[in-house]
Amino acid sequence: MEMRAAYAECLAKFMEEDRHVVVLDADLAKASGTRKLYERFPEQMFDCGVAEQDMASIAAGLSSYGFKPWIESFTPFATRRICDQIAISISYAKQNVKIVGTDPGISAELNGGTHMSMEDIGVVRSIPGVVIFEPVDETQLRAAMPVLNDYYGPVYMRLFRKVTPDVFGEGYRFDLFKADTLREGKDLTIFVSGMFTRDVIDVADELAAEGLDVEVVNVHTIKPIDRETVIASARKTGAVLTVENHNIVGGLHSAVCEALALERIPVSALGVADRFGEVGKIPYLREAMGLTKEDIRAAAKKAAAAK
Amino acid sequence: MNNDLRAICKDIRCDIMTCIGHLGVGHIGGCLSIVELLAVLYYEEMNIDPANPKMEGRDRFVCSKGHAGPAVYATLANRGYFPKSELLTLNRGGTHLPSHCDMNLTTGIDMTTGSLGQGFSCAVGVALGSKLEKDGATIFALVGDGESQEGQVWEAAMFAASKKLDNLVGFTDYNKLQIDDTVAKVNDIAPLCDKWAAFGWNVIDVVDGNDVDEVLAAVRKAKSFRGSGKPTMVILNTVKGKGVKWIEELGAGNHNTNISEEQAEAAIREIRGED
Repeated sequence: MEMRAAYAECLAKFMEEDRHVVVLDADLAKASGTRKLYERFPEQMFDCGVAEQDMASIAAGLSSYGFKPWIESFTPFATRRICDQIAISISYAKQNVKIVGTDPGISAELNGGTHMSMEDIGVVRSIPGVVIFEPVDETQLRAAMPVLNDYYGPVYMRLFRKVTPDVFGEGYRFDLFKADTLREGKDLTIFVSGMFTRDVIDVADELAAEGLDVEVVNVHTIKPIDRETVIASARKTGAVLTVENHNIVGGLHSAVCEALALERIPVSALGVADRFGEVGKIPYLREAMGLTKEDIRAAAKKAAAAK
Repeated sequence: MNNDLRAICKDIRCDIMTCIGHLGVGHIGGCLSIVELLAVLYYEEMNIDPANPKMEGRDRFVCSKGHAGPAVYATLANRGYFPKSELLTLNRGGTHLPSHCDMNLTTGIDMTTGSLGQGFSCAVGVALGSKLEKDGATIFALVGDGESQEGQVWEAAMFAASKKLDNLVGFTDYNKLQIDDTVAKVNDIAPLCDKWAAFGWNVIDVVDGNDVDEVLAAVRKAKSFRGSGKPTMVILNTVKGKGVKWIEELGAGNHNTNISEEQAEAAIREIRGED
């Protein structure tokens, strides 16, 4: 199932159970997968039109009245466009607003550079009080949604909206503030968030055959980062690589480096190398930005050799 | 009118001068211009209870021009939300009375404001919330005239009209001045009444927004528009720095200005009519 369909199913359940759960759009309900819910929940769904700043502050006002608003847009418009509204109307004012950005990074594909957020995590990460969560598959998303809905306070969810390869299976236990170790190893830790997670696991399996024992940790919550898991894993393996669909500046790499600042452990990076996006399909964009599976494999070998 | 609103306005003005004078600097002009509105709302028209500041279904006031915090605090203190002595802590480290309104710090403040334009959108969200709760509250929201240059104000205006939020009453403190110069010279917002009407709002133009009788009549008229299916904007033609001659004469310079305690004391005598 597409991630947005699973996401919309979860929202529908929340709205059914609690009339105070409301969803606000800025003319991208169709993209977010929630358009068809408007007929079912006319008193809980509001389209603000192409006015993201208004949407964010209206949500804050609704929160102050006891509602639990979710706001949705594409990642650049859900973050950099409304940076001040997230900071002041929502987080500074301690309002309970969930911010959902779809099509992160290169997954914006044909919308190109203007819609391709490489900096959204960096923008939001520097605002105090906002949790940043990026699910990797449908299982994790479905496990996380009720936790996010019940959590009081601002959360930014970076949502890949199409079908993703499975990472987690039955029996997965989700903890919003604990990173998930997907594979244990002793030579190198790869901390990965978002859409490249499945590839990183596969690369780790391949490298095992070559004698390189890679630990893979999915950092689904980038802020607050699970320092305990990050530091313990880095100390165990002695070498780190971060892999992300985001600018290396300000995203997962920065967060991991901050956690490991006092550790004498090399931290290598694979991500968007401080550049803007461009138009194209995902395979082309991965080539253009050096983010293919081959690039991950090469970066892992180099990172392991750095210790 | 049960209360002596003119006397109340004098008390509020004097307390504004006292707390800003005690500190030595502050947003004096835009505080003094809105005193009549605050007196009318907090003493006559709002369904509130200072003993129960979080009362369910209460009317709410959002001061989107958040820098007028000291005027709101002076009103709240006079109305009994907290001791007047607290006014002297304005902007001191650790105070509950920061320069700009903060709902998490100050008893009686319902919305955090200060980044201009945002408070007005928040008020629209509050009005929508009240409609959904069907609690009958009226939401009052004040924007500055300079603030009305923010695009977000007009985004909020569209949405409020589109959603027929006739429980929302907006006010514009149209004192015609902003930090850098007159509003007309910087980036003119005129014709303001036409703009709000074009955005689908009822509009009430108050010729003298510092005449308490005119303001009271306008607020009552605005409340009577509930059921019209349209939000209402009350344009208050005011004087920035109203009540103290030298501050009025500073013009655009009175937005955020230095003031000594002696100047503040003299201003209080002028407001009291003792000079």
